Amino acid sequence: MVKINGQEFDCAGQSISKMLEEQGYNAPKVAVEVNFSIVPKANFEEYILKDGDSVEVVHFVGGG
Amino acid sequence: MDNEELKIKMIKSLEERVGPDIQKKFLNARVAICGLGGLGSNVAISLARAGVGYLHIIDFDEVDISNLNRQQYFPEQLGMKKTEALSDTLRRIAPYTTVKAECVKINDENAAILLKDVDIICEAFDDAVNKAMLVEQVLVHFPEKYIVSGSGMAGFGSANLIKTTRRLGKLYVCGDNESDVNDDIGLISSRVMACAAHEANMILRLILGETEC
Repeated sequence: MVKINGQEFDCAGQSISKMLEEQGYNAPKVAVEVNFSIVPKANFEEYILKDGDSVEVVHFVGGG
Repeated sequence: MDNEELKIKMIKSLEERVGPDIQKKFLNARVAICGLGGLGSNVAISLARAGVGYLHIIDFDEVDISNLNRQQYFPEQLGMKKTEALSDTLRRIAPYTTVKAECVKINDENAAILLKDVDIICEAFDDAVNKAMLVEQVLVHFPEKYIVSGSGMAGFGSANLIKTTRRLGKLYVCGDNESDVNDDIGLISSRVMACAAHEANMILRLILGETEC
């Protein structure tokens, strides 16, 4: 299981890109941290989530 | 009263309100404001009024008539670079603040170079993709710096929905996290200012070493 924003999901083995898609996030508008370390967008495709990982996804909306 | 004398008097007056220790921290603080629209122009003015000593303000845009409903510009500044217009306003409000203004579009190639000179970064862009880009750049390149971001302040929803939360280590997000300007709900001065005030307040707290929201 992988913890995403505090909730557990069965997405070990998935890339960050795939996980974001399944969770309904728009990848260019998020910042992602795995186990308290920021993952640059350039690595979303290749970064594979492991059992026990803790992921934080922050999504941004427009306006300022 | 000449300018130097006025600066000394203004700083003294600030010290009398919050005490010399706090005021010294504000005066020694170095903050960058990325984007000088409804969020950034209001954050800059709040920080300058509080006595922040160094502001690095960055935007590539010019003052447009559509900005005047919520951004801190004047009709006579239409067509001016926002960096020039806001520098002028900040100088009038807070002659003790050093303002470094750069008219440039921040991207993933120049962000790490532009933001070397500060300790705290205020993300105040309009576009969600740019917000995410800047947050990533700061967290990747500057693990020691704080970034305070604004997300979700469009429309006429309750101001009570706007809050500050700590995310991703040194990232703080201010806003309701939902109301998107792209949903055609507009941006109104009071709600944008509420969000900007959250950002400015968190920045002042961080300057004082307070990391709780």
